[in-house]
Amino acid sequence: MPELGRAALIVCLGLAVYAVVAGAAAALRRNRRLAESAENAVVASFATALVASLVLLVALVQNDFGLVYVADHTSRELPLGYTISAFWGGQEGSLLLWLLILTGFSAAAVLLARRSAPSLLAWTVPILGGVIVFFAFMLVAVSSPFATQAAPADGAGLNPSLQNPYMLAHPPMLYLGFVGLTIPFAFAMGALAARRSDELWIVVTRRWTLLAWTFLGFGQLLGAHWAYVEVGWGGYFAWDPVENAALMPWLAATAFLHSVMIQEKRGMLKIWNVLLVIGSFALALFGTFLTRSGIISSIHSFTESSIGPWFLGFIGLVLFASIALVLSRLPLLRSKTRLESPVSREATFLYNNLLLVAFCLTILWGVLYPILTEALHGEPVTVGPPYYNFFLKAFGLPLLLLMGIGPLIAWRRASLRGLGRIFAWPASVALATGVLLVLLGAGSSIPGLVGYTFCAFVLASIVLEFARGTRARHALGSSSWTGALASLVGRNRRRYGGYVVHASIVLLAIGVIGSSAYDTVAEQRLRPGDTMAIGGYDLRYRGLEERRGANAQELRAVVDVSRDGERIGTLEPGKNRYFAEQQVSNEAAIRSDRLNGEDLFLIADQIDADGTLFLKGLVKPLVNLIWIAGFVFLAGAAIALWPDAREQRRLALRYGRAEALARA
Amino acid sequence: MSPELLLGALLAAAAVVFVAVPFLRAKDPPEPATPPDEALARAEERDRILAELKELEFDHRTGKITDADYRALVSPLRRRAAALLPAETAKDPSEQRFSAPRVPSSRSDR
Repeated sequence: MPELGRAALIVCLGLAVYAVVAGAAAALRRNRRLAESAENAVVASFATALVASLVLLVALVQNDFGLVYVADHTSRELPLGYTISAFWGGQEGSLLLWLLILTGFSAAAVLLARRSAPSLLAWTVPILGGVIVFFAFMLVAVSSPFATQAAPADGAGLNPSLQNPYMLAHPPMLYLGFVGLTIPFAFAMGALAARRSDELWIVVTRRWTLLAWTFLGFGQLLGAHWAYVEVGWGGYFAWDPVENAALMPWLAATAFLHSVMIQEKRGMLKIWNVLLVIGSFALALFGTFLTRSGIISSIHSFTESSIGPWFLGFIGLVLFASIALVLSRLPLLRSKTRLESPVSREATFLYNNLLLVAFCLTILWGVLYPILTEALHGEPVTVGPPYYNFFLKAFGLPLLLLMGIGPLIAWRRASLRGLGRIFAWPASVALATGVLLVLLGAGSSIPGLVGYTFCAFVLASIVLEFARGTRARHALGSSSWTGALASLVGRNRRRYGGYVVHASIVLLAIGVIGSSAYDTVAEQRLRPGDTMAIGGYDLRYRGLEERRGANAQELRAVVDVSRDGERIGTLEPGKNRYFAEQQVSNEAAIRSDRLNGEDLFLIADQIDADGTLFLKGLVKPLVNLIWIAGFVFLAGAAIALWPDAREQRRLALRYGRAEALARA
Repeated sequence: MSPELLLGALLAAAAVVFVAVPFLRAKDPPEPATPPDEALARAEERDRILAELKELEFDHRTGKITDADYRALVSPLRRRAAALLPAETAKDPSEQRFSAPRVPSSRSDR
């Protein structure tokens, strides 16, 4: 079947080239037939990418080792789920997934905008087509998943660390986020190219941006959990360049989601918003480049990589063309309104934006610095976690505080008297929490103590917002308190969904602070029968057990766990030796306490032939709140994403009337 | 010709037909109306002011804004809204909901 896959990709490339050329010509000549034809080309490109993807999927499932990609990333012993996940386990397959999602999102965006905002599509279609051209070209000419060979008896298998259920969801989720950022970029550039100064592009792409941001955020959390349970070093985020690659566009998109509200409410920050959209998209491309080019492991593999220079060229082109477009349209983007007061809702959004962008840029510098130093001096200067952790505290703590302050301040300006009244309750809760934590001994980490105090402040302000809003709705005539709450959320889904997302960030912060500032670590060499104590737990090493798994030989150290003299379970950290891959992986063992959210995390660092075990144990307080935060985050995003019929009617009235005026 | 190449050719042919559909129609599709910038800017500004008034009213009801702050903010917004609302929208019930709210007399500065 590889010929069909190749043919489908070539047709996809042809359709995308047509969408660019015909779309641009139609926009210049105002030719409606040509424009619709270009739109159809974008829609048809999805069908061809789908055919190519199905061909690869069938080849993977059938173990067709005549395809180089299948032989390099699967084996006969690999379970079916991981065989399917091999689709995105390698460079060529992951690029095909990019193309599939890109064409799917583009087709959906074009079809939806045909009904809601047809006048915006003129230049948007050629821009979407341009991005599709790049990825289709890469798959046709540079990095094809359909290269063939004489089929070997078995494949090389999949990297053992990728053999984890999280790998079925984590990479596609990240790709949905990365690729989703293409849509706001294309519509923003399309609106600028058409010399439009209105906010229709923001209205059309609002949900796309939120959806991409949600996928990117949740995908990172899935990746963190995968790292926690699979990689086995006891952490969930190591500031690895690949992790940073996903974090940077998420931070930029977070800044955009906040600053776009200032444009909608006050008509300000138009240039800033367009730059954030460009930055988010460029960082999504940069993340894909960073992950797949080989530049991270060695600067030399970058020069040998066939994909890296193409990606760099494309990122450069995107940045040059889009910034040139913004510069040429500056008069359209100038706003008439100014910030009235440094103490206002829009001012706190602005501070939030500056902190998010500054944090994003420090991460970008941390990622680029080793690459640049190696290129210039031949030796990379490593930028490790202390660098990132410093900036996490420097920017993260003020961001946390602003999350509590922002929602309580009014738009335009607020008086000191009003501020004193509104902040009295959350500030008192925060102060009381801080004092209580000091009494409980949490003063051992000052950043931890400050972070928890800020968390209490933010949670109190969120509760206050919901309570006051519900009371006001109830006073306006809602029959019940639950009805008043539902009415409150239903009438402003974005705001109250946003508060739920803020609550998830607070949960995340509580989990991160607890598990990093207040964790306990112990290491010990144990013989069978020996014991070890850590953070209130008593561990007794019973001995080794060996068994055969589906595709690996599993060696496990059996450790009995007791607390306060009572046996509470058995943990089995160990190692797996994978047959096909000829690799050994560390398999951590975790016991979660559902009552206090704490984990006991055991790593068999070394297992000697005589049964001696080098055991590392970590007690991580509140770490499970990080994973719970993921579900709260999804709930908040779902509330914000839920269609609001009232708002849609209002927007239809606004743009419908304006378009009716244009027809008159 | 192998079946795979034949399928590839069929895919290409189907794509060409789909792309050519707009040229096969008898009538020209209607040109999407591009509204004049001023009309859109006015509509957006009108909605922005009305939303601000609505939010200001709600913030005042929830006690987020003092009466003094409310009075200082609401008057200029009302004037802007009155200037932007054309005569016919005053009769539009869907927009009357957003029209300038009254200052509640019951609340006093605490």
